[in-house]
Amino acid sequence: MTSASLAVPATHPDDEAVQQRLAIREGAAVGLATAAYGVSFGALSVAAGLDIWQTSFISIVMFSGGSQFALVGVLAAGGVAAGPAAIASAALLGVRNGIYGMRTAPIIGQGAWKRLAASWITIDESTAVALAQPTPRSRRVGFWVTGLAVFIGWNITTLVGAVIGDALGDTRAYGLDAAAAAAFVGLLWPRLKRMQAVAVAVAAAVVAATLTPILMPGLPVLVAALVAVVVGLFNWLGGSTDTSAASARSGLGP
Amino acid sequence: MTVWQIIILASIAVLALKLAGYLVPPALLQRPTPSRIADLLTVALLAALIAVQTLGSGQALTVDARIPAVIVAAGLFAIKTPFIVVVLVAALVAAGLRALT
Repeated sequence: MTSASLAVPATHPDDEAVQQRLAIREGAAVGLATAAYGVSFGALSVAAGLDIWQTSFISIVMFSGGSQFALVGVLAAGGVAAGPAAIASAALLGVRNGIYGMRTAPIIGQGAWKRLAASWITIDESTAVALAQPTPRSRRVGFWVTGLAVFIGWNITTLVGAVIGDALGDTRAYGLDAAAAAAFVGLLWPRLKRMQAVAVAVAAAVVAATLTPILMPGLPVLVAALVAVVVGLFNWLGGSTDTSAASARSGLGP
Repeated sequence: MTVWQIIILASIAVLALKLAGYLVPPALLQRPTPSRIADLLTVALLAALIAVQTLGSGQALTVDARIPAVIVAAGLFAIKTPFIVVVLVAALVAAGLRALT
């Protein structure tokens, strides 16, 4: 799901109230859509061996879908021994939120507490909806409504998923390991619009699979990340376009 | 490390990165290389996680019901099926194949 597709061009560009209403509607729709798959995070996290409290803690404090799925994915494969690699994977997937923050900071304005709260809910969805709005006020409204809607929905459904996962027992028999892989496919899919991204994805997958029998769990994923650094640094197969806004718009998950 | 230490450290790291975006001078954003690397980093990590989650079994590579499930998932995402539906179908495919074999 791309939130850009929900951005309805306003018929009266001067009507501030209309713009704000559209921003609120778009934010609420994105929040609902995102909340739906908090269930899968909750269930997968419990399947990885975390308890319900730990699962909810991650959704409340970390609150970034890609990083959350990566953390529990690496822990599922390597257990606590893979802890450092799990932390590094989650952090590296969170780097893009920092880039989003640079774009949303002017929308939020000054004030330490306001910025702290805003940074917490700076994710793919809130950034995408905010940047898609036409006026400064509708951008601000879009950011806060989307961020809060996703935050509330995501945390409720995480808890629901964790309770369901807890009740399931043997999660492999229910195919939850395949569901985890499918969840990563869903997060990756909207980002494969350019040749450079496709090439990086294929190379990273090959590197990670090749290194799996050699390195301890978690490390193959981190080494595969180097593919992105090298290709990005020299801009192989790339144009000269600015990619971070497009990335926010194609994002999935908080 | 305990599970709690791991999730607290990881959560602080991700939260700190979000906050960092509000603290750095916006001039950094004008340079295309940092945003391009951040963008491709997300792609590389997700692709690597797909490979490990689909083929990995501890430190071994195995071929099992996850592979057809992931192929079905990719096909469904290609025709714009909602996320939660695809994840459920992938689980059903893997569970079904395991029940049959």
